[in-house]
Amino acid sequence: MLSPSILIAAIVNGLLIGAVYALVALGLTLIYGVLHIINFAHGALLTAAMFAAFFGYRMLGIDPYLAVFLLAPAFFAIGYALQRFIIGPASHGDDRNMLLVTLGLAVIIENALLFAFRADTRTIDLPYAFGGLDLGFAFVPWPRLIGFGAVFVVALALWLIMSATDTGRAIRAVAKEKLGAELAGIDVAHIYAVTFGLGSACVAIAASLLIPSYYVNPTAGNAFVLVAFTIVVLGGMGSVPGALIGGLLIGVVENLCSLLFGESLGQIGIFVLFIVVLLVRPSGLFGARA
Amino acid sequence: MKGLAPVFVVVTAMAAVPFLGVSNVTLNFLVVALMIALAGQGWNVLGGYGGQYSFGHAAFFGTGAYVTAVLQVRYGVNAWFAFGLGIAGGALVGAVVGGLTFRSGLRGSYFALVTLAFAEVLRISASVAPITGAGVGTLVKLDLHVAALQFGSRAAFYWMILTLVAMALIVTRLIERSRFGVWLVAVRENEDAATALGVNATAIKLAAMVISGAITAAAGCFYVQYFLFIDSGLAYGTWISIEALLTPIIGGVGTVFGPLLGALVVRGLGEGAQTVTGGNAPGLDLVVYGCALVLIIGFAPRGLIGWLAQWRHRRMRPAALAETGHD
Repeated sequence: MLSPSILIAAIVNGLLIGAVYALVALGLTLIYGVLHIINFAHGALLTAAMFAAFFGYRMLGIDPYLAVFLLAPAFFAIGYALQRFIIGPASHGDDRNMLLVTLGLAVIIENALLFAFRADTRTIDLPYAFGGLDLGFAFVPWPRLIGFGAVFVVALALWLIMSATDTGRAIRAVAKEKLGAELAGIDVAHIYAVTFGLGSACVAIAASLLIPSYYVNPTAGNAFVLVAFTIVVLGGMGSVPGALIGGLLIGVVENLCSLLFGESLGQIGIFVLFIVVLLVRPSGLFGARA
Repeated sequence: MKGLAPVFVVVTAMAAVPFLGVSNVTLNFLVVALMIALAGQGWNVLGGYGGQYSFGHAAFFGTGAYVTAVLQVRYGVNAWFAFGLGIAGGALVGAVVGGLTFRSGLRGSYFALVTLAFAEVLRISASVAPITGAGVGTLVKLDLHVAALQFGSRAAFYWMILTLVAMALIVTRLIERSRFGVWLVAVRENEDAATALGVNATAIKLAAMVISGAITAAAGCFYVQYFLFIDSGLAYGTWISIEALLTPIIGGVGTVFGPLLGALVVRGLGEGAQTVTGGNAPGLDLVVYGCALVLIIGFAPRGLIGWLAQWRHRRMRPAALAETGHD
C-alpha cells in the first residue's frame, strides 16, 4: 500500500494547487454573488491572461510574478469593458441571455487565440522555478509556494475592498438588493462592471502564478474553470470563504484521487462530487441560501 | 393535420435540391447542416419552448452515436435497429438527467452547469471505457447496403437526414399546438405561476427533456452512419453542445423553423469564413459563430425569424407602429 510520506506529499501538493484553483474560483464566485450568473467566459479569460503572461516574458522579458502588477489592472479594465459595453447591453437584463453572451464570448476568445497562436503548447523556463523548499516529508517548488501565499494576499485585499471602501459597500448593496441599491442612487451598471473587472483581475493574477509551472495553449484555462465551477458550487455560490476552503479541499481530493485511481478517474471524481453537491445541496456546503 | 402545411412546403422544396445538379461538396454541406439542425431541434424543444437552457446536449448526441456504433460493431446488431436504440438511449439519458435535476429544482445557471457536468462525465468515461474503444474510438465497417443503413450516394444520405429533420419539425409543430406545449411555454414564462395554476412543472420539463434527448440523439446516430467513426471528443465534446444551442437561438428560439434556418445560416457563415481564408484558419469559423451568437442576442433576441417577422410587420403597418413606438 501507499506509504504515509507519499500521502502527505500528495496532500501538500493538493493544497498548493488548490490555492490557485481557489483564486480562479474567487473571481467566479464574486461575479455570481453580484450578477447571479455563471460567467462562462472565465476560462477563456484565464487562457488569454496566461498568453499575455507568456508573451510578456518571452518578448519583453517581464518576470511573470512582476507581470501581475500590469496584468491585474489590464484585465480589470478588460472585464469592466466586457460587462459594461457587451454583456450588459446585449443581454437586456435577462439572466438566460447573460449566460449565452458569456458563452459566446468564451467561444470567441478561445478560438481567436487558436487562430492567432494555433494549438501549440507553450511553456517558459524560469531559472528559479525548479528550486524549492524541502520540508523533509515533501518538496515544495517555489512557484507553488509563491502561488499559495499570493492567494491569501489577494483574498485579504478583496476583503478589504469589500468591507472598507465605498465601492465595496455599493457592490454588497447591489448583491443583496439590486432595486433598493438603484433607488439609493447606486449606478448598478457601473457596479456590475466593477465586479466583473475584479473577477477578471483575479483570473489575471491566477494566470501569472500558473505560468511558471504550467503550460499554455488555447484551451489551457478550461481545465481550471471546470474545477472552479465545482469549487464555487461546493463552497456556496457567492461565498468568498467558501471558495477558499472549497479550492483547497478540491485540490487535495483531486490529488488523492489521481494517486489512488489514476489521472482520468481523478477528474471524474471531481465531476461526480460536483453533480452530487448540486443535486443534494445546491446552496453548497458553506452557503446559507439556495 | 392543420398547421403542418408550411412544414410540407419547406420539406418538399428541400427534397428537390439533389435534382438541381448540385455538387457533392454542396450536398455534403447540406447534410452536415441538417444534422446540426436536428441536434438544434432537440435543444429547441427543451430550451426554446421550455426555457431550460442546457449547455450539455452533447450527452444526448454522444449517447445516440455510441449506442448506434457499439451495438453494430461489438454485438452485430442490425444498423436500423441500432439506430432506433440509439434514439431510445438519448431519451433514457434525458429521463435520468432530467429526473435528477428537475426534482432537485435546479434552474438557470445551475441547470446549465449540471448539464455541462453530465456531458463531461460521459466524455471522460467514454475516453477510458474499453467498450467505446477508449481513446482510439470506434470504427463502423463500410457496408454500402440499405440493410446496413449506408448509402453510396450523398443524395440518399441527404434524403435520410431530411426525413429525420421533417419528423422533428412535425413533432415540434404538434407540441406547439398541443396542451402539453402550452403548459411547457407557461413553465418557461413563469414556473411559479404555472405551478400555482396546477401545472405539474417537474413532469412537463421532464417530458420535454426526454423528447429533446431523443431528437438530439437521432442526430448522433446519423453522425455515425454518415462518418462511420466516433470517439469521445466528437461524441461528447463541447462543440456539439454549443452548436445545438446556437442554431435555435440564431434562427429563432421557440419557433418551429428556427433551428433549421439557424443551422443553414451558421454553417454557411462558418464555411464562408473558411473559404475566405483558404481553409487554413483553425478556429475562425467558431469565432464567427460566437460573434453571431452575441450579435443576435444583442440585436434580435427572438432570432432571425423574429427579426424577419418584425421587419415585415414594420413595413406593413408603419403608421400603427409610429403610434405605439416599437413592438
